[in-house]
Amino acid sequence: MKIYLSALLSGIVFGLGLAISGMTDPANIQGFLDITRDWRPHLALVMGSALVVSTVFFQLAVPRLKGPMFAKAFMVPITSVIDQKLIIGAVLFGMGWGISGLCPGPALAGLGYLEPKVFGFLVVMALGFKAADWLSAQMDLKQS
Amino acid sequence: MVIESILGGGLIGFASIALMASQGRIAGISSIAYRAIFPSALEPWALFFAGGLVIGPLLLLATTDFAAPVFDGSWASILIGGFFVGVGTRLGSGCTSGHGVCGIGRGSARSLIATLTFMLVGMMTVFLLGLIT
Repeated sequence: MKIYLSALLSGIVFGLGLAISGMTDPANIQGFLDITRDWRPHLALVMGSALVVSTVFFQLAVPRLKGPMFAKAFMVPITSVIDQKLIIGAVLFGMGWGISGLCPGPALAGLGYLEPKVFGFLVVMALGFKAADWLSAQMDLKQS
Repeated sequence: MVIESILGGGLIGFASIALMASQGRIAGISSIAYRAIFPSALEPWALFFAGGLVIGPLLLLATTDFAAPVFDGSWASILIGGFFVGVGTRLGSGCTSGHGVCGIGRGSARSLIATLTFMLVGMMTVFLLGLIT
């Protein structure tokens, strides 16, 4: 029970943060990426502010904590290689982010606006997830 | 806008550390979306987090004069962009939240490189799209 309640509450606060900061509005995302025209710098402030909080926690608190409250251990990625998948993935994501003005967080958080375009975005994003699983397997085959 | 940005960002950061402190999980929304959408990968905590993510903006709509954003981009941009976002975040193991907020906060070089890459490519994409529209 506590484990699900804490996940729900974390999600609510995350969604509130996205909405309050204007990040569920694609115009603010594309405005941030549009540095040569009518630049809207707010995303930098949002990310900077979130990063101050997460950095303090990960650098100062996590090493001193035994583990999470409701799970066995902190599950953090252990891979440190900067490989093809990471770079190609980031390039494709950057293109999609620029074209649509949406990324997974704001798209999910925007579901409640009952806007058909948000549903459409999530459906093709899910198709993209599956396409990436296939692509990733192909890249592994080529490697071996 | 400045106050809202700093406050909203702080809440996003706080929610990320709350998820790590309670579940031991990274608040990476692309990965959470994957685990909430596909039954084969389903993890209940991800479903609850995703549900909360939807409730958050609704609370704001219900209690303040916050107005839902207008989605005036074309359907083509939503569908093409959405597919690229899906492929890219899955292949690249993360998005703005997982790499940008949690990853960099953890001091991960992988996440820093990914974030700089998608920001730069996003800026180039918007610049090029502006030339043709």
